[in-house]
Amino acid sequence: MTEATFTIIDDGRVAALGAREGAELLKRAEAEGRPVALDPDERAAYLGVTARARAEALASLEAPDFTLPDLDGRRHTLVEHRGKKVLLVAYASW
Amino acid sequence: MHEELRGLGFTVITVAIDKSADDARPWIEAARPTHPSLIDTTHALADRYNIVNVPTILWIDERGRIVRPNDVAFGTDTFKHITGVAAAAHLAALRGWVRGEAAALPEARVRALQTLPTDDDQRARAEFGLGEWLFTQGRTAAAARHFARAGELAPHDFTIRRGTMPMRGIDPMGREFREMHGAWVKAGNPYYRPLVE
Repeated sequence: MTEATFTIIDDGRVAALGAREGAELLKRAEAEGRPVALDPDERAAYLGVTARARAEALASLEAPDFTLPDLDGRRHTLVEHRGKKVLLVAYASW
Repeated sequence: MHEELRGLGFTVITVAIDKSADDARPWIEAARPTHPSLIDTTHALADRYNIVNVPTILWIDERGRIVRPNDVAFGTDTFKHITGVAAAAHLAALRGWVRGEAAALPEARVRALQTLPTDDDQRARAEFGLGEWLFTQGRTAAAARHFARAGELAPHDFTIRRGTMPMRGIDPMGREFREMHGAWVKAGNPYYRPLVE
């Protein structure tokens, strides 16, 4: 019999793991004080980033890097624009 | 604005915080931008920058330093009658900064004006992240439970409370949004929080 899978999404990275491995990662994240969202019925959990880590990064004033796709699926990274002034605009269709 | 200032070592980067590229597509295709115009379905940007509503703007300098923290600004006055935020002041300040005629905010001021995430903000983002993944798997009912929990943890986070409405079968411009907005404002909370310099 194959072991049921458990999905762990670690700061956005999705991995389908064995149940035991998933449970271990979950326990470790909790021990590290990370925010964890768990859905036992769906056999899935999201491991987030602590407020402390995010707050320290922002308070350093070093703009956190990110990589996101455009409409064509081409990926763009903030650091590619080093050397330019950047107006970063977050908006939404809603 | 991007076209006007691009020769001065400047770029606009827009990020649509939407459930899919197709939600943002009509807006982007209508604007025909020459700058990076990106899609953030998983709130990767919102998580890193503690973005809780749209529009949110930041200024980042040539060295990659934040020189104006999260602020509310619009490119036009199209929605000024609703938002109460005029476009002109930000656009003038931006032009001055890009042209080198005016300094951005000093570091101490940037730090004083920043809003940093709390433990509940990050717990809400974890609940959102799980819900968003469940939504992509077609598990909409399970997703809705996690979105609801996220909204309880961070009631001020409208990228969650309003932004997930399209994933819950709710019109984000409709009655449920107006009720949420009305209750929030009636309780003395501003829906938009422009910086007070």
